[in-house]
Amino acid sequence: MPLLELKDATIRFGGLLAVKDLTFAVEDGELFGLIGPNGAGKTTVFNLITGVYAPTSGVIAFDGKPIQGKHPHQIAACGIARTFQNIRLFASMSVLENVQVSSHMRSTQGVLGSVFRGEHFHREETLHREEAMRLLELFQLEKLADEPAASLPYGSQRRLEIARALGTKPRLLLLDEPAAGMNPQESADLMRLIRRIRDEFKVSILLVEHNMKVVMGVCERIQVMVHGEAIALGVPSEIRTDPRVVEAYLGKE
Amino acid sequence: MESFLQQLINGISLGSIYALVALGYTMVYGVLRLINFAHGDVYMLGAYFGYYLSRLVQGRTPSHLLDAAVVMILSMIGCALIGVIMERFAYRPVRRASRLTLLIIAIGVSLLIENASQLIFGANPRFFPQLIPETHIHMGNLMLTNQQVIVLVTALALMILLNLFIYRSRTGKAMRAVSYNLDAAKLMGIDTDRIISLTFALGSALAAAGGILVSINIPGIDPLMGVMTGLKAFVAAVLGGIGNIFGAVLGGLILGLAEVMVAGYGSSTYRDAIAFLILIAILLFKPSGLLGKGQVEKV
Amino acid sequence: MKRLLWIAGTIGALLLLQWGATALLLDGPIRQGPYYYQIIILAGINIVLAVSLNLTNGIAGQFSIGHAGFFAVGAYMAASVSYYGGPAIRGAVSFLPLVGQDTVVLILALAAAALATALAGLLVGIPSLRLRGDYLAIVTLGFGEIIRVLILNIDAVGGARGFSGIPKLSNFFWVYLLVAAVIATVWNLVRSSYGRAFQAIRENEIAAQAMGVDVTRHKVLAFVISSMFAGMAGCLFGHYTMYLHTNSFTFVKSFEIIIMIAIGGLGSIEGAVLGAVLLTVLPEAFRGFEGYRMIVYSLAVILIMIYRPQGILGQVSVIKRVRAHFITKKAAREAATKAASSAAKMPVKAEGA
Repeated sequence: MPLLELKDATIRFGGLLAVKDLTFAVEDGELFGLIGPNGAGKTTVFNLITGVYAPTSGVIAFDGKPIQGKHPHQIAACGIARTFQNIRLFASMSVLENVQVSSHMRSTQGVLGSVFRGEHFHREETLHREEAMRLLELFQLEKLADEPAASLPYGSQRRLEIARALGTKPRLLLLDEPAAGMNPQESADLMRLIRRIRDEFKVSILLVEHNMKVVMGVCERIQVMVHGEAIALGVPSEIRTDPRVVEAYLGKE
Repeated sequence: MESFLQQLINGISLGSIYALVALGYTMVYGVLRLINFAHGDVYMLGAYFGYYLSRLVQGRTPSHLLDAAVVMILSMIGCALIGVIMERFAYRPVRRASRLTLLIIAIGVSLLIENASQLIFGANPRFFPQLIPETHIHMGNLMLTNQQVIVLVTALALMILLNLFIYRSRTGKAMRAVSYNLDAAKLMGIDTDRIISLTFALGSALAAAGGILVSINIPGIDPLMGVMTGLKAFVAAVLGGIGNIFGAVLGGLILGLAEVMVAGYGSSTYRDAIAFLILIAILLFKPSGLLGKGQVEKV
Repeated sequence: MKRLLWIAGTIGALLLLQWGATALLLDGPIRQGPYYYQIIILAGINIVLAVSLNLTNGIAGQFSIGHAGFFAVGAYMAASVSYYGGPAIRGAVSFLPLVGQDTVVLILALAAAALATALAGLLVGIPSLRLRGDYLAIVTLGFGEIIRVLILNIDAVGGARGFSGIPKLSNFFWVYLLVAAVIATVWNLVRSSYGRAFQAIRENEIAAQAMGVDVTRHKVLAFVISSMFAGMAGCLFGHYTMYLHTNSFTFVKSFEIIIMIAIGGLGSIEGAVLGAVLLTVLPEAFRGFEGYRMIVYSLAVILIMIYRPQGILGQVSVIKRVRAHFITKKAAREAATKAASSAAKMPVKAEGA
């Protein structure tokens, strides 16, 4: 059974058919790429999966259970985490707090528990802080733990977004253009990091990316979209030579 | 039936006042995304300017109507100036600050005008001079006063003028551009500071007109008269869809009618609550107001 | 255990202060004592209002301007309990001395106020908090006004005449116990995963939901906690002034509380306290200049917001700073003693050279 499955997922905004009958599946542990020219509807697909939008029709199933129509926080609780194309950190909170937010849904403390603070409260708080620190270490952000997130340089902000998403302990991680604005050196580092995340955290990764070098370099399978529709699916070498894909990106001869 | 029609006329009359004041809220919100809480106080100042001017002007022109027109135009100019000064010194320095900062400053300006007015004009109510002697107009069993007619006609004329200005003139076009996107408008070479000043001037002039029209009908004026009217006019603006000119007029009329009907057929103590009840009901079903466009955050 | 000691210590200290304040200000040597005593009480009530509103406005970032409405609900609810139910409650605990009976009545009134306002907060919050920014602000303002008009129309609580005959049960001790409670609650909550969730919602709602924060639930939660404390403040207010009128609960009061937290520094607990104290005490201090006083006050609000929009304290936490200061001092001292002791152990080379 695939981990994530879209069946004829469709969404319409007024007269615009943003995603039409999209069907694809991501297997457990897979590194899966979603590409397409600007305006193809890739980010919309992310928003459908994470519950920002509910599909007009079709099924989105995670781990065999339909999740369409659920609220974003419920989907996060199911085990899907994401990053954003336009970085959305909690700007004035510290780097550590940014990651700690993602453990709130696992907290067993109620409001009263948090006000009166029993032993259990402190134990859990410490545990979650240590987990968050370990994530920061992995992303080489531990020295900046107490800095406000907004003060970080761009590349570190992108890494912090990934760390924060992993803090929810997801089984599927959606990365929305993580290489945007990175130089070749940083992109190469990012590719290594993505593979390492998959191996160490045992997550599947669904990647939207414009940087072909990164997509072709890390993804095991790639789905290509144009104007909200799927046009090709395959391993990188097939996609690279697929005439429909070439046409979509370069136009007809 | 007659009494219903009578209430209808009263409601439209009150509603057109709310609409005039609501227009100022909506225009300022359109360009600056600021709830100018001091706008109701400008309306009060309009009434006071009218009060003092009346004593100077009354009887110096050939007709009562001309008296009233001179008083009204001069107070509109006076309030336009107040509006421009307010924007220049209180809001312009913080145009880029957070919405909360702007809101608190607006509250501060409102308090300042109210308290300064109490000091200057005195806290006790004053009796607005009767600029136009009251005559009654009978239409079947329906009774109108000439003052009600004047209020309606003037309010309508001002709204039509404003509409022509905003949709037909070059400056009006620039104003719409600024309200659509301030930064882009600036890049297109529009002098945005001038447009914003002008918006405050226009809005304040309309509020002054509202203040005088109200005083012609209900002659008691006091320094706090703008508080509730201002709040309700703002509610009218939100009700219609803030930032939308037609919305402000529509919201004003709905509110005026509802208040008069509640006071006429229900309990007058609930009159002040009805505005908010309608507002809440509408916002819960259509958060952007009746004619407003919803803004969706792009993810 | 440590916590119990803290609580007991606070109560003890407050009792002592209460005794001191009564001895000095009410019965004692300072002339005009009752006047000062009243200012201190009102400052305490304003602190509770400001700190609690700060949880919704400053920390969770949801702009509510209807706080006075909840203050009113609590005040009237509690006053009704002690006015109508007081004799029955006293009868049930007649074996207690008078002070004990007073305490029982007040505690029940407080509980009723807390319950009623928490419920009101829930009812208002669930529909309103779907709205954002200015719309939320105006809807909360609207609810505040509706609450006021409703109370005005209930004859049992005096309607337009006002509610008189409320027993005087609250005093310095109770007001400042509530102050301690609200500060401790908000302080601890902010430094827990709830507090981080609230702040995450303020910073970026969409990202907060993507991290699994149930945004609606947390907004309503912050709102309900805020309202509850406002209601309890209302209870103590009514039982101090012994008379309630809806004119004390208009949106002007809500604006006043907003100005307190904005002046002090939005989102900072110390800021809210400072703002509340300043805005209670300063107007009193300038009472002699009636007329000009409010003009100066409004000018000050405008100027502070123009030149220091983050408020007097901004987002910095004074307590954090002081603590950091002492910790570094302590560390420095320890380092110094360590250096000294190791220097002492070292054979003295320099002398020989």
